[in-house]
Amino acid sequence: MDFVSLVLISHSEEIVVGLKKLINQVQPNVAIAIAGGVDGEIGTNVFHIKEAIESVHSEKGTVVFFDLGSALLNAEMAIEMVEGNENIRIADAPLLEGAYFAAVEAGFGHSLREVVASGEAAKSFQKVPDL
Amino acid sequence: MTLTVETAIKWLHFVNEEIQANKEYLTDLDQAIGDGDHGLNMARGFQEVSLKLNTANYNDLASLFKDVGMTLLSKVGGASGPLYGTAFMRLSMALKDKSKATQSEFSEGLQAALNGLKMRGKAQLGDKTMIDVWEPVVEFLKNHEQVTGKQLADLAKEKMEATKDIEAKKGRAAYLGKRSIGHLDPGAVSSYLLFSSLSRTFSEGEI
Ligand SMILES: Nc1ncnc2c1ncn2[C@@H]1O[C@H](COP(=O)(O)OP(=O)(O)OP(=O)(O)O)[C@@H](O)[C@H]1O
Ligand SMILES: [Mg+2]
Repeated sequence: MDFVSLVLISHSEEIVVGLKKLINQVQPNVAIAIAGGVDGEIGTNVFHIKEAIESVHSEKGTVVFFDLGSALLNAEMAIEMVEGNENIRIADAPLLEGAYFAAVEAGFGHSLREVVASGEAAKSFQKVPDL
Repeated sequence: MTLTVETAIKWLHFVNEEIQANKEYLTDLDQAIGDGDHGLNMARGFQEVSLKLNTANYNDLASLFKDVGMTLLSKVGGASGPLYGTAFMRLSMALKDKSKATQSEFSEGLQAALNGLKMRGKAQLGDKTMIDVWEPVVEFLKNHEQVTGKQLADLAKEKMEATKDIEAKKGRAAYLGKRSIGHLDPGAVSSYLLFSSLSRTFSEGEI
């Protein structure tokens, strides 16, 4: 079975290294690439993101998750630079929960559209139940 | 004015000088309403631009500005890396194959750069970003045939200072909301340095 791939972008390398571990523990089959920090410092870099996308991208599609601020500008620019970028999407979602939900969805072999939707659903997922 | 490869190189060296001299200042401004990396980011990027200009040979403005754009894109980082990178790349595309540019050609090139900035960052005038300096400056250059360096620098300065009184809607400072009021926007200040350096390049009279 082919899976949609994920790319995790953060200003901090530790954040995405940790997040990838967390996700792989429950879903080891989905390809996840990370782009975190710049040369060990806080930041994002368009070329690092481009490489991360290219390392996991396939015909099945890739969903990109990011943390803050300029990560979005750099992600958009990186995607423009990747060849065959028609099936790459940026999820409008919180990085941690969004990527987690999306990985679970992708693990069922579901489509790009479904994986994006499940990642974005994390925005409204209620973590603390009503009393 | 005519922008040649030589004057463009001179301009960019001046920008580097100004950015290096104001590195701490830009960092302090960004510390107040952002993450405090703007000075370092810009200093790293323009240092590299300057080095490149000293070693490479350019036959036309397009290849020069393309190199500047790519260098800024890879070295600056943050939001300003893709923004300034995009701006110089659009400027390069607008001046394709040209070894010199008249003021109107150059103004059109800067308009293309501004369009690129807005496309990339989706900010509008009044969002407290570099756009607040770029847009009026480009407008002014396009609408006036005879512009002096002083007029250009004064306008850029006035628009840069006006970012102090408004609330940030884009970039890191937007997370602060109303608390961003009372602080200058660091990107507007670095853009002011870009245009004041342009005015310095043409300080011998009209631009
Ligand atoms: N969306 C945007 N459109 C136009 N200009 C922007 C935008 N976002 C930020 N800026 C400009 O960039 C400047 C900040 O640049 P800087 O290099 O410090 O990036 P940053 O905001 O720290 O990026 P990051 O999100 O990676 O921390 C701001 O002062 C503002 O002028
Ligand atoms: Mg910053």
